[in-house]
Amino acid sequence: MTNISVEDITGDAPQQEPITDWKQYFSFSTDHKVIGIQYIVTAFILFLVGGIFAMIIRGELITPESDLVDRSVYNAMFTMHGTVMLFGWTFPILTGFANYLVPLMIGARDMAFPRLNAVAFWMIPIAAILLMASFFVPGGPAQAGWWSYPPVSLQNPTGNLINGEVIWLLAVAISGVSSIMGAINFVTTVVKMRAPGMTFFRMPIFVWNVFSAQIIQLFGLPVLTAGAVMLLLDLTVGTSFFDPAKGGDPVLFQHFFWFYSHPAVYVIILPVFGVFSEIFPVFARKPLFGYKIVAISSLLIAGVSGIVWVHHLYVSGTPGWMRLFFMLTTMFVSVPTGIKVFAWTATIWGGKLRFDTPMLFAFGALILFVFAGITGITLSSVPIDVHVNNTYYVVGHFHYVLYGTVTMGMFAAIYFWFPKMTGRMYYEGLGKLHFWLAFIGTNLNFFPMHPLGLQGMLRRVSSYAPEYEFWNIIASIGGFLLGVSTLPFILNMIGSWIHGEQAPKNPWRAIGLEWLVSSPPPVENFEEIPVVVGEPYGYGKSEPLVAEH
Amino acid sequence: MKIRNILILSAIAIALTAVSLLIGQWTYSWMPPQAAAESQLVDKLFSFLITLGAFIFLGVTGTLIYSAIFHRAEQYDTSDGPPIEGNITLEIVWTAIPVLLVFWIATYSYQIYEQMGIQGPMEAMHLHIPIGMKSASAAPINGDAGIVSASPTSSIVSTDATSSVIPFEDIEVNAKQWAWVFRYPKTGITSTELHLPVNHRIRLAMQSEDVLHGFYIPAFRVKQDIIPNRNIDFEFTPIRIGKYQLTDSEFSGTYFATMRANVVVESPEDYKKWLAETANRKPCTANNQAASEYAQESKELIKGWVTVAPAQAPVVNYSN
Ligand code: HEM
Ligand SMILES: [Cu+2]
Ligand SMILES: [Cu+2]
Repeated sequence: MTNISVEDITGDAPQQEPITDWKQYFSFSTDHKVIGIQYIVTAFILFLVGGIFAMIIRGELITPESDLVDRSVYNAMFTMHGTVMLFGWTFPILTGFANYLVPLMIGARDMAFPRLNAVAFWMIPIAAILLMASFFVPGGPAQAGWWSYPPVSLQNPTGNLINGEVIWLLAVAISGVSSIMGAINFVTTVVKMRAPGMTFFRMPIFVWNVFSAQIIQLFGLPVLTAGAVMLLLDLTVGTSFFDPAKGGDPVLFQHFFWFYSHPAVYVIILPVFGVFSEIFPVFARKPLFGYKIVAISSLLIAGVSGIVWVHHLYVSGTPGWMRLFFMLTTMFVSVPTGIKVFAWTATIWGGKLRFDTPMLFAFGALILFVFAGITGITLSSVPIDVHVNNTYYVVGHFHYVLYGTVTMGMFAAIYFWFPKMTGRMYYEGLGKLHFWLAFIGTNLNFFPMHPLGLQGMLRRVSSYAPEYEFWNIIASIGGFLLGVSTLPFILNMIGSWIHGEQAPKNPWRAIGLEWLVSSPPPVENFEEIPVVVGEPYGYGKSEPLVAEH
Repeated sequence: MKIRNILILSAIAIALTAVSLLIGQWTYSWMPPQAAAESQLVDKLFSFLITLGAFIFLGVTGTLIYSAIFHRAEQYDTSDGPPIEGNITLEIVWTAIPVLLVFWIATYSYQIYEQMGIQGPMEAMHLHIPIGMKSASAAPINGDAGIVSASPTSSIVSTDATSSVIPFEDIEVNAKQWAWVFRYPKTGITSTELHLPVNHRIRLAMQSEDVLHGFYIPAFRVKQDIIPNRNIDFEFTPIRIGKYQLTDSEFSGTYFATMRANVVVESPEDYKKWLAETANRKPCTANNQAASEYAQESKELIKGWVTVAPAQAPVVNYSN
């Protein structure tokens, strides 16, 4: 036999030299796998920090009055919660998975620029420490919301040059520079480092989506960084780009900000779509339905996402023609997205389904995503958005995306690749417990936000009218449940990493280059670079994936 | 396809449609009372979008959950599912359906938008209305706003104005950290409570003294940011007598949550009476929650940081 078929790659090969010394995770390692895990663990720690802020927010909102924390503390809480969750959790964890998986999936020994990769990672803890340090400067941390709109962000009651907002802007700029480095690295790696035979249309969808997402980073991030620097200049040396008191235009900042920050949503969610596309075929034991159209739709999403940002500015002084143009482009994003949802549904339909923890999470996340998509369409419609913009309806919508889809999707990814990364199996029972707590918690926490928003409850308020109390209590209970749901997860991860059962090479009988190497993979990934001869997702086809030598 | 399958599918489709239509009707109860003509339009559009959305959501998740229940692998079955990779017709159909839906939704949204006559601040009302009418109190309002055709229910004051002439009411709005002040240019009075005559087109000239604020009355479904250094014009038509809340919809700093005001919609007679009575009152400093919280030590468990001082508490003829 000259080819390895699906059957062959599912067996238990003897363990190869694993990377075991835990101290390397605290070093300036240039191994993409070490860096990947560094990103993932750092991100999770920041997720817990952001989660504590969320608990304080929900604690305050359990009663209508402002009685738990001072209003300035409340404002700092939602600002830091949003900032840490986005810049500390979602971006880094996705970069972490991309770092770990892309070279393995395309048959490369490492990223194109391993040192740049390490530098990019180490900027994240620096930015995070800086952000946390802002709690200790006079005046406290930034309090203008994660989007930092002027003129509120330019108001500096302490008069100090070193204040929370300045630190916030620096931290965002650092994380932006880190992401730009990452983007250059990923795009180069995907274009240049693919194994022989790994054509674009043989790449796993996860790689396609990381590629599309990183292209967004390349065109979007310079704009955000420019906006942040201009705001920093306004704040520190008194320029007047955005300060209306000096003739500046605060709405200009909103354009700078959303020109990047809307596409950023797709930077976050595309890799999660990639995770779905990896997991569903394995646990349905069917090929990914419509592989090519799914791949292309990722690029389409990346492209269209560049022309939708004004939907955040429908009510901030935007002329009618602009509102309508951006309404159409925004709605248009639902076409490639819908294609993906249908493709996953068709993949699952009629499969031989198995609901191990990764599948449970991916499946639950898909259902929550469909819900978020429906409310997203309503938001894109100008007249509806005029009513619910800046209300809890929006907060509910984007948490279905950010918790329901992205965070749950990342948990799916963690459980799915945990055996590969650590060489150990996790505990299925704890995994399932985690899923049910998270799924119920998400709905309890974020569903009530929709009726609240429709009724007119605004986001970012530290106190509210008593008629909103009922749904807020439910939401807070859900929020605390989400907090509790992370406990079995932490227990599972730490326990399994130390005591877990040895994982085979390919516990899921999955098809993909990363499953051909031992768990965990050796330092240079492949003893010999594989030659790819088949398509991805060849479930049920018994076609070879790589040539045997 | 077998006849039996077609029958089953049609039955499912009919059931889904029925449920979606029901949910669509239900949406009206999720909203505050329809107190402005705009709210009727927005609610109609929302109901339509949720009807469609419910159909899609139930269709997709129904399919997924059906699979999850009935397409499970047996315990020791390690075989693969059918290796179906794609189906060109199906893929074209499900690309075409969202495209058509997008155009349908966009067109309908556009029509509602037109009918609402939301005035973008850059194409202020002057473009629509002949200059001379600006100060006139009896400018005819034509069908383009589509508002007066709104069918009155028992709780809504009857709008026999459909055929008659509705005058404009001009009011100046001043927003600051953290208070609303309303000025009625014809009588020169100021108030921290917004009084409006029912069934009249209201025209606001809005300004901010410091940061971004947002003018938002949930019961009216209207919202507009107020940007410092810009005159923002805004229009809507209240159609239901009652008391509503105006809130600040754009985060405006420490005491953001306290920046609320009452909106009183009353009959034209009551409104005139209020204007006349208020004109006789001497201006005095209004109650202001931000100012009083700022003056006191915070009563919360966890104390905070130095904050921007509230703007001068408003001095007005009328406050509640
Ligand atoms: C335990 C889970 C969570 C809870 C209870 C929670 C709760 C909240 C609440 C109540 C707000 C509204 C604050 C306000 O604007 O008035 C908020 C804002 C926000 N959340 Fe979460 N959240 C959770 C998880 C997440 C996650 C996982 C992400 C991102 C991945 C996220 C991203 C954001 C963002 C970006 C904002 C906006 C902040 C701002 O307005 O400046 N949240 N969250
Ligand atoms: Cu957006
Ligand atoms: Cu305000």
